Amino acid sequence: MYEFLFQTVLNALYAASYMALVAVGLVLIFGVMGIINFAHGELYMLGAYAVVGVYADWEYPYFLAVAVGLVFTGLVGIGMERGLFRPMRDNPLGGLVVSIGFLLILQALAVLGFGVRMEFIPPPTQAVIEVFGSDGAVLPLQRLYVILATILLLAALWWFLRRTRFGWALRACAQDPEAAALQGISINQTARIAMFIGAALAGVAGALTAPLVRTYPYMGHSVIVTAFIIIIVGGVGSLEGAVVAAVLYAFVHTFVTTFYDGVIADIVGLLLMLLVLIVRPTGLFGTKERA
Amino acid sequence: MPEARPTWWPALGLVLLYAGLVLLPYVLSYSQKEIAVFLVINVLLVVSYRLLTLTGEWSLAHVVIMGVGAYGSALLSKRLGVPVPLSMLLGAGTAALVAYILSFPLLRMKGFYFLIGSFAAGEIVRLLWKRFREPFGGPKGLKLIPEFPEIDIGPLYVDFFEPQNYYYFCLIVVSLSIWVMYRLERSPIGLTFHAVHWQDKLAEAVGVDTRKYRTLAFVVASFFAGLSGALLAHYVGTINPNRFNVEEMVFVLTWAIVGGTATVYGPILGAVVLTAINEVILRELGFEQMRPLLYGAILIASVMFLPQGLESLVPKISRLFTGGKAAKGGAAEPAD
Repeated sequence: MYEFLFQTVLNALYAASYMALVAVGLVLIFGVMGIINFAHGELYMLGAYAVVGVYADWEYPYFLAVAVGLVFTGLVGIGMERGLFRPMRDNPLGGLVVSIGFLLILQALAVLGFGVRMEFIPPPTQAVIEVFGSDGAVLPLQRLYVILATILLLAALWWFLRRTRFGWALRACAQDPEAAALQGISINQTARIAMFIGAALAGVAGALTAPLVRTYPYMGHSVIVTAFIIIIVGGVGSLEGAVVAAVLYAFVHTFVTTFYDGVIADIVGLLLMLLVLIVRPTGLFGTKERA
Repeated sequence: MPEARPTWWPALGLVLLYAGLVLLPYVLSYSQKEIAVFLVINVLLVVSYRLLTLTGEWSLAHVVIMGVGAYGSALLSKRLGVPVPLSMLLGAGTAALVAYILSFPLLRMKGFYFLIGSFAAGEIVRLLWKRFREPFGGPKGLKLIPEFPEIDIGPLYVDFFEPQNYYYFCLIVVSLSIWVMYRLERSPIGLTFHAVHWQDKLAEAVGVDTRKYRTLAFVVASFFAGLSGALLAHYVGTINPNRFNVEEMVFVLTWAIVGGTATVYGPILGAVVLTAINEVILRELGFEQMRPLLYGAILIASVMFLPQGLESLVPKISRLFTGGKAAKGGAAEPAD
């Protein structure tokens, strides 16, 4: 029984990791640009397809494919900032609508390039770490990669935001764009950096989890729903809140899935979000709203 | 105003429009007639969606509410043997009731929070259909939904399985519904909807219960969305949770945004033009799979280059025909 519980905890930790990566990117983009990026789940999908293309089809090493996924989705993010979100600044509804439009385009392009079928990705590693002996809990090495990469990337993001000039500029823009502009901070430059980081985090999450999940053009849908629940529960605009909410949601969802079923778990997650929206719209960690 | 348009012009336009709509099936093929049925149903859906947006809220649950009407009417007629025309009204009533219940949590929210909250609420309803095989049929949904009963009185025999007849039936129901919504908007209630949208603080200050009017708009819009769902259910005979997913919602959103929501004809224009593009260009040329690509591109282009929607072109075009002297048409457009 304890092994079983521990196994579920391990599963939840893995789920929390990639959800946190996606949600933190979404929050970062919202914080700097005031736009909710509905296409964020499709950036995750792009990252997964980078692995399909580079690793599964062209047979380059797996970690090269992950790096390609990170850079590629980051660049797509920069393109989105320039082409879609910059003209829509100060127009939250417009920004949301163009991101929905872009989501449809990315999905259609994935269908065009790879077809609607589910992709087979040969597992990069079959290794399994056994905890509590041979019939105890198991942690596939691939899942450990996801957890470790998340810790590494979030630590790097924290260092970047707190310890570098770019990071300070970014936080200044999130707090008050006008005052930041008056201090000589380029809003466009900052938005570009935020969009690159936010998109790249979603892409790397997709690339890392691609061998573990079902990779198909519409995989972004459940991811964006999850990310919305997390950022609402954590507080829109709060990076710490997103991480905490990701862990909270992952545990609730994993445990309900294990003990009941997946659809009930989805319903519970959505109810959690509705509850937070009703009782405390600013979320667990939100201080002020920017929408 | 000198040389004002004669007052009978709009009436003449309407008569010509309906003459065209009545004759339309005679120039269409069988499959095009079926598309015309769906289009008329979708017009009701998108016009009811516009009624909801009058108070300033953009819901992402509207297609699910349509589904509530479809499931409600289908279950009532299939399981309880309620006659179909009555079950349609009851299905629409169910949709209104569900909307009324949902309004308690949802209308505490505004703007982005309402959008996300409505999405969550709609998705919960959809997942319940998916989860509970009894009575909703699970992921496969409901099959063999009773069709609309045929009329057989002496010489008059109308079989509603025939798309042309069902098209006329839908045309009548949808026209009546749109007329009701149009009258509602022009009534003091409708003017209050506008006030709640554009000047909610002022409206509250003069004693308008804004929450009550937002609830009313939500419930009435949901009733007609449910009616459109019931019309759909008894025509196609089978419904499932995926028919009412968020992708369908995005299409409705696209029609409303591309057409514009300041006038009644804006969203209709959006639905008709996009459906025509979809059917004529994509299906005829065999790019049916590229529908999302086209919709995405059109959505982005219209927000960027035509933020007021297709309806904003109508006064410009009519000015071309009348030598620049026509009065600005359409419903009263409140200043922001």
